[in-house]
Amino acid sequence: MNEIALELPALPGPQRAAPRYRAREFRVLPGFGLTMGCTLLYVSLIVLIPLSAVFLLSARLGPAQFWHVVSASRVLSALRLSFGAALLAALVNAVFGFVIAWALTRARFPGRRLVDAMIDLPFALPTAVAGIALAALYAPTGWIGRWLSPLGIKVAYTPLGIVVALAFVSLPFIVRTVQPVLADLDREIEGAAQSLGASKLQTFLWVVLPSIWPTLLTGVALGFSRAVGEYGSVIFIAGNIPRVSEIAPLLIMIKLQQFDYAQATAIAVVMLLASFALMSGINGLQLWAQRRQRRR
Amino acid sequence: MIRGEQIPEGLGRFALLGIALLYLFGLVGLPLVVVLVQAFADGIGAYLHALSDPIALSAIRLTLLTAAITVPLNLAFGVAAAWAIAKFEFRGKNALITLIDLPFAVSPVIAGMSYVLLFGSRGWFGPWLRAHDIHVIFAVPGIVLATTFVTFPFVARELIPLMQTQGNEEEETALSLGASGWQTFRLVTLPNIRWGLLYGVLLCNARAMGEFGAVSVVSGHIRGLTNTLPLHIEILDSEYNLVGAFACASILALLALVTLAAKSLLELRHPELRSGIARHA
Repeated sequence: MNEIALELPALPGPQRAAPRYRAREFRVLPGFGLTMGCTLLYVSLIVLIPLSAVFLLSARLGPAQFWHVVSASRVLSALRLSFGAALLAALVNAVFGFVIAWALTRARFPGRRLVDAMIDLPFALPTAVAGIALAALYAPTGWIGRWLSPLGIKVAYTPLGIVVALAFVSLPFIVRTVQPVLADLDREIEGAAQSLGASKLQTFLWVVLPSIWPTLLTGVALGFSRAVGEYGSVIFIAGNIPRVSEIAPLLIMIKLQQFDYAQATAIAVVMLLASFALMSGINGLQLWAQRRQRRR
Repeated sequence: MIRGEQIPEGLGRFALLGIALLYLFGLVGLPLVVVLVQAFADGIGAYLHALSDPIALSAIRLTLLTAAITVPLNLAFGVAAAWAIAKFEFRGKNALITLIDLPFAVSPVIAGMSYVLLFGSRGWFGPWLRAHDIHVIFAVPGIVLATTFVTFPFVARELIPLMQTQGNEEEETALSLGASGWQTFRLVTLPNIRWGLLYGVLLCNARAMGEFGAVSVVSGHIRGLTNTLPLHIEILDSEYNLVGAFACASILALLALVTLAAKSLLELRHPELRSGIARHA
């Protein structure tokens, strides 16, 4: 008894601290200075300096002028469209992406591996190719458009077309985030719920969803963040009518072509700030989801 | 679904599976099919004619050149960054990883714009560049820079988690047995990370050849000079040359298919590579 009592409290402290100290004090492996130096130089030249140029240039505007630019009706409607369409696309994919992830992890069907590989197509297919293909499909004479136009639904060259394009680009983010977590989920708990008399819907709502939804939310945020800044696939299908179907990145492009750098940077800063906020939100969500997963 | 317990076991499952596949084929599969069908809409002769157009060929050349510069650059950087981040402890590591991730979160148009602000004729270095007759924006260097920006995280992001899980022990053993630092990297680290490296390079290359938004801002769209293949598609599309546009698109679609096939093959043999994909899918 005495021995155990003496040894136990001494263990956790030094054991946890030792490896960290060792790594920080004596670096056994060589090349830290060189690789770190290269990394910092490269990051600064390619990312940091160019992006700070955007902020510094927009700072020249002054708060009042900045607000004047950003609150112009054409800018506001472009921002509203970019964020609204991206959110809608991410939410639609939250439902269908989840069902696809479920099918890939829980259902056995022929060609499953092929379907699984297809999920990443929006990621591998260049956006311009996706853009002209979607525009061709949803045009009033296209394969899908010709069935929708008698119903009075216009997709190509309307904001709805933008949602379709953004749903295309954001789908893999949601499926690929949810899929591994769904695969790791302990199916015995679901079985236990059902053997206790829960219906499938009840099992889904009260057992599966609570453990998966931080992950689902992370996937939706990742997809949304990609969709907000998307340009290539959208401009082919959007019609690009100012105040109706003109997305914010396109408006930046137009202002740049008019050499109106001040206005372009102001719009860019709004989008960048939103991206940074999203990024830190996603990091927080991922930590939360991981902690929840570890707890089970 | 609502009366799930009364529906026979297979039916609800079957319906859900149908919905999943229908959505996926409608949204993702059909665009690929329509590209191939439209490219050959006027027969194989028209297809080959569209691709042998000198302007299309120069666009293909520029796309290959851009990838040939940016991919090795990002490969070298990715390895260096992964070595520093995965093998050592230092303050601000998370901040550095966030910085490396940044290009994934920034709109490609803003990425291209930031280079215009620096190197454009009215940008910070514009007057100096003009005085020395150096062209960056509306020229090849700008296209390379913009592509480098958007493809910058791929290799590093793939290698960092891989090298972190592998730890330092093998390298430390090699060093203690008298290997030099370079030998250790070449003979111990590199064989361990080669598949991850290939995976990252594949994704990096696919994006480099297909980038549209960032390149569109800096290119100036000069035919035969600064038009990459994706930009050429846009021009053909705006001229209602659909066969030409879809013929060029079919090449990029083929590239995407080859990338996906290689990626799936790698994942089949090395399942650990999959872990990183969700972050930059």
